[in-house]
Amino acid sequence: MWQAGQGGWSSFWDAVSSPEAVAALKLSLTVSVLVALINAVTGTAIAWVLVRDRFRGQSLVNSVIDLPFALPTIVAGLTLLTLYGPNSPVGIDVAFTRTAVLMALLFVTLPFVVRTVQPVLLELDQEMEQAAASLGAGSFAVFRRIVFPNLLPAILSGVAMAFARAIGEFGSVVLISGNLPFKTEVASVFIFGRIESNDSVAAAAVSVLLLFISLGVLLAIGALRHYATRFDHA
Amino acid sequence: MGIAARNVTKRFGDFTALDGVTVEVETGSLTALLGPSGSGKSTLLRVIAGLERPDAGTVLLDDRDVTGLPPQERGVGFVFQHYAAFKHMTVADNIAFGLTIRKRPKSEIRERVAELLALVQLSPFGDRYPAQLSGGQRQRMALARALAVEPSVLLLDEPFGALDARVRKELRVWLRRLHDQSKVTTVIVTHDQEEAMEVAERIVVMNEGRIEQEGGPQELYESPASEFVMSFVGPVNRLDGALVRPHDVEVAIEPNGATEEAMVERIVHLGFEVRVELVRADGAPLWAQLTRDQEQELELAEGQIVYVRPARATVFDH
Amino acid sequence: MRRYGLRTFALGYLVVILLAPVAVIFYRAFEHGFWPAWHAVTTPDAKHAFLLTIELALIAVPLNTVFGVIMALLIVRHRFPGVGFVNAVVDLPLALSPVVVGFSLLLLYGRQGWFGHWLIAHGYRVVFAMPGMVLATIFVSLPFVVREVVPVLREIGTDQEAAASTLGSSGWQTFRRITLPAIRWAVGYGVVLTTARALGEFGAVSVVSGRIVGQTETLTIHVQAAYEGFDLVGAYAASVVLALLAVATLVLMTLLKPKEETR
Repeated sequence: MWQAGQGGWSSFWDAVSSPEAVAALKLSLTVSVLVALINAVTGTAIAWVLVRDRFRGQSLVNSVIDLPFALPTIVAGLTLLTLYGPNSPVGIDVAFTRTAVLMALLFVTLPFVVRTVQPVLLELDQEMEQAAASLGAGSFAVFRRIVFPNLLPAILSGVAMAFARAIGEFGSVVLISGNLPFKTEVASVFIFGRIESNDSVAAAAVSVLLLFISLGVLLAIGALRHYATRFDHA
Repeated sequence: MGIAARNVTKRFGDFTALDGVTVEVETGSLTALLGPSGSGKSTLLRVIAGLERPDAGTVLLDDRDVTGLPPQERGVGFVFQHYAAFKHMTVADNIAFGLTIRKRPKSEIRERVAELLALVQLSPFGDRYPAQLSGGQRQRMALARALAVEPSVLLLDEPFGALDARVRKELRVWLRRLHDQSKVTTVIVTHDQEEAMEVAERIVVMNEGRIEQEGGPQELYESPASEFVMSFVGPVNRLDGALVRPHDVEVAIEPNGATEEAMVERIVHLGFEVRVELVRADGAPLWAQLTRDQEQELELAEGQIVYVRPARATVFDH
Repeated sequence: MRRYGLRTFALGYLVVILLAPVAVIFYRAFEHGFWPAWHAVTTPDAKHAFLLTIELALIAVPLNTVFGVIMALLIVRHRFPGVGFVNAVVDLPLALSPVVVGFSLLLLYGRQGWFGHWLIAHGYRVVFAMPGMVLATIFVSLPFVVREVVPVLREIGTDQEAAASTLGSSGWQTFRRITLPAIRWAVGYGVVLTTARALGEFGAVSVVSGRIVGQTETLTIHVQAAYEGFDLVGAYAASVVLALLAVATLVLMTLLKPKEETR
């Protein structure tokens, strides 16, 4: 499917190493990594609050987590633009900045870590934590030595999915970022631009790169899933 | 006094698990908390450990008031029914955990772990993971783990409940020996009266959040304080408002003044014992427990009419 | 005390990132009243976009459902070499950028594409027309039914089906009476996810459709077009429609969710 990397290796390389392409790829990569890391923390925190805490409206919050799955990306972008862009009712304007890209990606990737961590947290034998407490471990030690190692595979799984989603994200970013080349243009928007101007080779080249990254992430997720259950079988 | 729980009350919503319970356990003894599910025995154990906070009452360990203290600070060893093994750590690391938390030097930890592995007969398994061990081995590991920090009190919550019958019997014997060696104040929770009788020096029988009776195994069997205790601690027949132990039911071929007529419905051979299921003339069922020899002497057959007499019947006023 | 801190942190994050933005859309759409919004969303172009979106979903969802169930059965019940590979391929749409998906379709079915070449010569337009959009929608919403059904199939095991066949039930009967009822909630949940994805698709369809107003514009594309054409009310109004569909989806998801997620 990606066979339009025709024109030979050199034009592929030229396309991929054009300053604009490099900038776009760099931006996509760095923001996606950042988003993945932020989600690791916030996703775990949200999952913890949903599983271990009890408060009113908890199941409503639980349902709301899936909103980014249900809401079209373009609408997500528009809503963020409305709230945090020019004419913002709360006076925050980050439109056309990298922060905007970050926020859009945080929106669409929100459910991933939460949803991978939740079932593991639910299944986690709380008696392990009680045993650790009876042996003298304080709350932080219990989290660090008992809970976290058992959650880590799930967190990593979620992080990988969030990263894969973030790096290819298009719809939510296209409005709020303004798509300024070298500033806020992400890889997917760059590809789109090249398609519109009929520069298939450049579009294909960067697509191929994104494709490889995606495949790499898929393999990583598969490997992580296997790693995750290694303590559960002899 | 090794453990003293005084006037402990614990409620879960509408359900009262413990109702002003007072229990004292002597230092160095092995005591069993015996009762059916819902009797509050596990709850009491967890309150002593600090895993549950009582609504009222106090807990003293070695005469020290620990009622407000979290489990970390009580110095108790706790063993769970389903092992609560740290599945992401090796057996050795599991056992070392308490010492690791207390930041002991590595060499000390290694020595102690080796000692304990030998004590629980798991020496070749130090580098394995819990998932690779059998249930019985996992529980031995859990015990070693609890003992590693030299607790003043050892609490076991139905420790053999998840194991199969043969392993259970082995571990009971093993636990008794361990206690004889270590002399740590130990409390074991169980619903199995045979286990309690076999393992413990002193048994506390609980029912519906209260203590029914406390005493040695012999005492509870011979002099039960209530119907509940008598029927829980051993099998009973109910006859005319009295309780009769099956081995106190005398069976004879010929009547004599005090006997009643009954028909043999079924004879069940259980190895050394024989259970004879009978039905009286008025339709009331009962069963007698005879030894092999006794049964052979009588040469009983199904459908036969025999004459029974309770050698000893106990009546309780309610 | 620490618990309240964590709770505030988690919920606060949700409000800032998730809830406030969505609330604002409704506010802005109806800022000038209900009727302007209504008019904006009932222009011929908007209506066409809406209908087109529904049409695409109506084609993609049933196809993916049937495909999904078959695929799930194959993956779980029939060990065949390359199962892992098939599994990965099914997951592919989740990892691919929608723009790349659209682009691939363009390359395959466009004028110079491998297949496009032949198809156009025979008078079939795929890209910049319905068929291309259908393909894009099918591809991006492909995995959901499979992924939901596979774990359920694994968990229920073959015992019930084996029992049924000893009692004389044929393959099809077993499927209809035993297997299907067992997986129906998973299928339902998968269908909801598939539909949501199909309705909300933007990137792939954008590329493949050429975004021809009034012809190959879906509702999501319409939102972008309206915004860029300074028809803000139109953009917000269309977004409200999509957001309402999303909320409906969320409600259905909550009802059909296979497992508990809070204690």
